[in-house]
Amino acid sequence: MTKILIMGATSAIAQATARIFAAQGASLYLIARDPQKLADVAADLKIRGAKNVFSRTLNARELDQYRQVVEDAATQLAGLDAALVAHGTLSDQQACEQSIDRLVDEFTTNALSVMALCTELANYFSAQKHGTIAAISSVAGDRGRKSNYVYASSKAAINCFLSGMGQRLSKSGVKVVVVKPGFVISPMTAAFKKSALWATPTAIAPVVAQAMIRGTPVVYVPWFWRPIMLIIRAIPERLFRRLSF
Amino acid sequence: MTLKLSWGNRPRQAQRVTTLTSRHEGIPTESSLLPFGNGRSYGDVCLNEHGVLLATRNLDHFINFDPKIGVLECEAGILLSEITKHTLPHGWFLPVTPGTAFITLGGAIANDIHGKNHHRAGCFGAHVLSFELHRSNGEWFCCSPSEHADLFTATIGGLGLTGLITTASIQLRQVQGPWLTGSSHRFANLQGFFDLSSVADESNEYTVAWVDCCAAGRRLGRGVFMLANHTHGDGSITARTPLRLPFTPPISLINRYSVKLFNEVYYRRRSAEKSVARWHYQEFFYPLDRLLEWNKVYGPAGFFQYQCVIPEQDAARHLKEMLGRVAATSSASFLAVLKKLGSIRSVGLLSFARPGITLAMDFPNHGSRTLALLDSLDAITREAGGAVYPAKDARMSSESFQQYYPAWREFSGFIDPNFSSSFWRRVTENIKK
Ligand SMILES: Cc1cc2nc3c(=O)[nH]c(=O)nc-3n(C[C@H](O)[C@H](O)[C@H](O)COP(=O)(O)OP(=O)(O)OC[C@H]3O[C@@H](n4cnc5c(N)ncnc54)[C@H](O)[C@@H]3O)c2cc1C
Ligand SMILES: NC(=O)c1ccc[n+]([C@@H]2O[C@H](COP(=O)([O-])OP(=O)(O)OC[C@H]3O[C@@H](n4cnc5c(N)ncnc54)[C@H](OP(=O)(O)O)[C@@H]3O)[C@@H](O)[C@H]2O)c1
Repeated sequence: MTKILIMGATSAIAQATARIFAAQGASLYLIARDPQKLADVAADLKIRGAKNVFSRTLNARELDQYRQVVEDAATQLAGLDAALVAHGTLSDQQACEQSIDRLVDEFTTNALSVMALCTELANYFSAQKHGTIAAISSVAGDRGRKSNYVYASSKAAINCFLSGMGQRLSKSGVKVVVVKPGFVISPMTAAFKKSALWATPTAIAPVVAQAMIRGTPVVYVPWFWRPIMLIIRAIPERLFRRLSF
Repeated sequence: MTLKLSWGNRPRQAQRVTTLTSRHEGIPTESSLLPFGNGRSYGDVCLNEHGVLLATRNLDHFINFDPKIGVLECEAGILLSEITKHTLPHGWFLPVTPGTAFITLGGAIANDIHGKNHHRAGCFGAHVLSFELHRSNGEWFCCSPSEHADLFTATIGGLGLTGLITTASIQLRQVQGPWLTGSSHRFANLQGFFDLSSVADESNEYTVAWVDCCAAGRRLGRGVFMLANHTHGDGSITARTPLRLPFTPPISLINRYSVKLFNEVYYRRRSAEKSVARWHYQEFFYPLDRLLEWNKVYGPAGFFQYQCVIPEQDAARHLKEMLGRVAATSSASFLAVLKKLGSIRSVGLLSFARPGITLAMDFPNHGSRTLALLDSLDAITREAGGAVYPAKDARMSSESFQQYYPAWREFSGFIDPNFSSSFWRRVTENIKK
């Protein structure tokens, strides 16, 4: 895996994963919205061993840019092997309950933009008959809860979307990887109280990188979220409605 | 408020933690701030009870590295272990390194740390070319020996009190690879250490001695002296996978019997006497990093470290008295280190390292018994005109501190008005418990 596009490259999880690929000498095409943070990350990854680093500022909501972005990445890197889509926002649930604009914004950032970029990537990779598309979803997407169902359903949307896309691409040698982190200590979750269930980006990054290399369809990080979510998904809806977690 | 601990697992103090995420964001405007690196200081220099700790570990980006001249610029929250991982393949190593690689660049500057090459290289601060210092009023300064030189010297060894270091530029040291070669020698008593040190320091870059604090009488101060120099040779430069102590044992595993046994074995083992030894740099510099969180072996009560420096003149007499006192108590120390510090002047106003012999010892926390022992050691250090290292301290009195660091008043003028630490309040507010 030597030529990789990373969307949301300033994300803590994306950076930790990118450092692993950098240390292996990969060439990277980084996309993020904040030019200063992006420049910091680019310089860092270069010193950490990346062969070439290109960067591009983009707000994820600029859906009409993705075709050109993928083309540019493939031109700059002289090819493309894999992509990691990591951007996201932890939606303010209550604000979304009061404002349709907020709701649409959140869905645009967390779901539509991911679908748009992955669509362009799918077309590019299926034409060249190889490639890996990885997107960071969340365990939250496995079941809607009252505290965060806007965020959760945007992640559920990409899970379903990528599952279908993975099926579509399986014959053309393109791998689609859905990464489902549990609680991860990052700027997104800075305000949360932490417990033993929380993992660091550095701890989960090797698993994410490994899943990309192997083309694992769905990976829970850390692994223990898989049985936890299995149980949570198994709760009958009638009972689930009365629970309050 | 959360409990945040330093390496000695004591004091146990509640404070708020604010995680910094970008060096461009400036620092919060709340009151009583203190930067927190990786918490490898043993006591309370990195704690700020009831205040706010600015967690710096996410400021871990490399900014610039010139492999031709070995100048590295990076953010202050990066670990020294990360630095070597990326610069060693280009033939560059840390100019000064402590006994663990798990400390941040900011922490290395703020305690103006020293290493086994102090007699050659001085302290870490001597290799800092410049850094960026952010103050709570929104100002920031680029400090170097020629720019804002007063803030430069106050911040090196400045215990995090002069502001937040966001980035720093350091001069690395050229090496031929990850290997060191040298030798290892038993010495039968304290005089043996002085004899070896006076010869070895002249022709070797790294020298250090482990000393058996349980030995008394004729054997007082016996130990193992190690000397080493960088050498060429290929081999893996990647990190070994460390082990981790999985839980805190309910009581300290370190007691009189386990320490006596360990020390006897360590002194007698065959490899203690080796005319030619070869070490991987991690094995030589960071033997304890193999066991992550080894500090837990001391149990929930935690432990103290005592590190002092005694001026060379009369050092033998004072150190004999100290070691005698330690050997006579049951508060045995198993990690005891002796090293001669050289005459290169430390840059920092409050730097610990000064010419003399430094002795460092760990003690399980047995409450007032341990505190009384450490106070009696302080009496010796004071009489000798030495000093105790704040990075390792959780208990020295304000009187002692003010005698060891007469520049503390001058230093106070450089403190950021919104910054403070548990340590600083303890040693300057003259409160007697
Ligand atoms: C096993 C072991 C061996 C050691 N060996 C040695 C040795 O050989 N020589 C030696 O000198 N020391 C040694 N030490 C002590 C250690 O090197 C110092 O305590 C070091 O400062 C710890 O760095 P840290 O990043 O963990 O910082 P912390 O302990 O978290 O903080 C240390 C100080 O630095 C300040 N600080 C941290 N980051 C910043 C920043 N960005 N800007 C401004 N101030 C900041 C803090 O406020 C605090 O005052 C050893 C410690 C251990 C655990
Ligand atoms: N942390 C967790 O507990 C957790 C759990 C499950 C899943 N996840 C998912 O993991 C992914 C990475 O999150 P993280 O934990 O690494 O948090 P993070 O560091 O806060 O990363 C979020 C990233 O998304 C970017 N972003 C947000 N909106 C954007 C927009 N409109 N355009 C472009 N970029 C935008 C942010 O850019 P800026 O840097 O410019 O703000 C930031 O880089 C996200 O998809 C998140 O949903 C996280």
